[in-house]
Amino acid sequence: MKNIMNRLTFWIASKIFLAFTFYSFFACAEVRIDITRGVVSPIPVAITEFYGSSMQERQVGADIAQVITSDLESSGLFKPVDKKAFLQQPESLNSKIEFNDWRVINAQALVSGNVKRQDDGRLRVEFRLWDVVAETQMTGLAYFTKTDNWRRVSHIIADAIYKRITGETGIFDTRIVYIAESGPQTRRITRLAIMDQDGANQRFLTDGQALVLTPRFSPTTQEITYLSFFNDAPRVYLFNIETGRQEILGTFKGMTFAPRFTPDGNEVLMSHAENGNSDIYLMDLRTRRARRITRHPAIDTSPSASPDGKRIVFNSDRGGSPQIYIMSRSDSDAKRISFGKGRYSTPVWSPRGDLIAFTRQYKGRFFIGVMRPDGSGERMLSESFLDEGPTWSPNGRVLMFFRKKRTERGGGGGESYIFSVDLTGHNLRRVVTPGEAAHPAWSPLLP
Amino acid sequence: MKLKVLSLLAALSIVAGCETPSEGTGSTAGSGDAATSSSGGTAPAPAAVPGSQQDFVVNVGDRVFFGTNKADLNSESISTLKKQAAWMTKHNGVNLVIEGHCDERGTTEYNLGLGERRANAVKDYLISVGVAASRVKTISYGKSRPAVPGSTDWAWSQNRRSVSLVKGVSAN
Repeated sequence: MKNIMNRLTFWIASKIFLAFTFYSFFACAEVRIDITRGVVSPIPVAITEFYGSSMQERQVGADIAQVITSDLESSGLFKPVDKKAFLQQPESLNSKIEFNDWRVINAQALVSGNVKRQDDGRLRVEFRLWDVVAETQMTGLAYFTKTDNWRRVSHIIADAIYKRITGETGIFDTRIVYIAESGPQTRRITRLAIMDQDGANQRFLTDGQALVLTPRFSPTTQEITYLSFFNDAPRVYLFNIETGRQEILGTFKGMTFAPRFTPDGNEVLMSHAENGNSDIYLMDLRTRRARRITRHPAIDTSPSASPDGKRIVFNSDRGGSPQIYIMSRSDSDAKRISFGKGRYSTPVWSPRGDLIAFTRQYKGRFFIGVMRPDGSGERMLSESFLDEGPTWSPNGRVLMFFRKKRTERGGGGGESYIFSVDLTGHNLRRVVTPGEAAHPAWSPLLP
Repeated sequence: MKLKVLSLLAALSIVAGCETPSEGTGSTAGSGDAATSSSGGTAPAPAAVPGSQQDFVVNVGDRVFFGTNKADLNSESISTLKKQAAWMTKHNGVNLVIEGHCDERGTTEYNLGLGERRANAVKDYLISVGVAASRVKTISYGKSRPAVPGSTDWAWSQNRRSVSLVKGVSAN
C-alpha cells in the first residue's frame, strides 16, 4: 500500500480546487448526459493540448490531452472534436475563452489545462471543464505529480470530466487483469497479465509454464485471486501485484476453482471439487478458515456476492442444466432466478447491486446479459459464437467479457479477445491487448 | 587400416563379454525405439514396452467419451475401462491420472466442475472393478486442453473425454 502511494505520489490540492471552481448550478443549458437512457448521442467536446511555457511541458500537455481524448471517446458518451478545427490557441485560453470560437465548431464542452514544472521537479497539472453554451466553468482541479505519472493524472482528469457530465463515478483510472493466450488450441499457453484500462502499461505476472484461469481483483487491496495448475494441482491462489508474492488459498484436498472476492475484500468465495462433486466455500482471509456453504451433489460454482455481502448468486446444475440460483449466506436454501431459454452461468453481481450479469447459452450461441436479482428484466447485451465471463466496471455502467471465434478444422481461428459493452447494449468495442486475451477482471477505481 | 579394424573388433567382443544376455536385449530394444521414432522413416512401428503409456494407448485404449453435459459411462466406455482395470492388475507398479475434459460449449468454470465429474466417474468405475483407490488420481482441465482443434460436432465429441495417463514404471 505504501509502495503505491510512493510510486503514484500526487496530491489533489483541494485549496486550489476551491479557488478554481465556479459551478454553474443555475445554467439553464447545462451540458449533461443521462447515461441510463437507451440511445445517447455523444457530447461533442473539444480537448485542447494542455499549455506549458517550455517545449517539454507542452509535450506532456499534448500527451495528457491525447489520453483524455481517447478515454472519453472510448466511453461512447463523448465525441472529441478534431483538433484541426480549433480556432483559439491553447495559450490564449488562459487569458480569455472565446466561447464563440468553440460554438462555431459545434463543441458543447471545452477542456483546457496547463502543465508547469515545479522547483522540486514535480509537475503541476491543472484542468478546467467549460460549458460552451452556458459560457461557464463546470469544474476545475489541479494535481501535483511526478513526471512519469502523467498517464494516471490524465485518467483522473478524464474521470473528473466523466463524473461532472454524467453524474456517475468514473471508470478510467482503473486496471484490467486478464489471461494472455497464445499457441495452438490444444496446447494453449496462458499467462496472468495486467494493464491499464486503456491497454497501456502491459505487464505479465506469470511466465506461461502453468495453465492459469479466471483472475479477479480484490475490491480493497492490490491483490488478485486466480486459478493456477502449478505442479498439475489446480488450486485457487492469492497473488500480490506489488510484491509478486503468492500463496495457495486453503488446504483443500482436491481442486479449488472459480474464486471471487466478496465486496468488502475480507473473504473469497470459491468452488471446491472432490469425488466428482463441486460445492461452494467461503474463506475468511484473516482467519484462513473456510466454510462450506452449499451441500449438493450438483455442480455448484461461479459464486458472486451481493454488494452488502448478504446474498450469494451462483451457478448450479441441480435442476438438470446449468442455471442461476441465489441464496442467503446464512441459509443454504437456494432459489433459482434464471427461467429464460437455454443454459445460464457465470453470474456476477453488479457493484450497484441492481443487476446480475451472466453468460447465457442458447441454440449454439453465447450471450452476455443482465437481469435483476429477482430474475426479472432480462436483457441481452452481446451475442456471438462464444461470449463468456462478464466483469463490471466499478461504477456498474460498463461490462467487459471475452469473445472467442470458431476454430477451424485445421486448428486456425479460435482467437480470443476482450470486449467492452455499455449496460445499454451500445458501444461494443474490442479492448486493446498486445495479443489474444480472455477472462478479464476490472479493478476498482485505483486508491 | 587393418590394425584399426582389428582393435575395433576386440573392443566389441570385450563389451559383449561383459553384458548379461537379458539386459543386453532390453537395452537394445529401447534404443532401437528411439532411433525409429526420431528418424520417422518407413520402419515398422516398434512394439510398445509392456506397462508403458504407449502399451496402454495401443493395446488398451486411454480414453472414453461422454455425451454433451454428461458424465455417464456407456457400454463402449465400460468395455474400455474393464480393459484398463485388467491392465492395471497386470502392471502393479503403475498408477493412473485420469484427466477430465470438456468441449468448448460451456463456460470455463462450469466445465471445470464437469471435467472433474467425468474423471471421477472413470475413477469410481475402475475402483468398482478392483483397482485400488490409491492408484488412481484425477484432474480436471475443463475446456482448456482440447484433443482436437475445431468447432464442429465431431471435434466436440472427441473433446468430451477422459484420458488415463500412466505414471510410474511397471514392476512386471
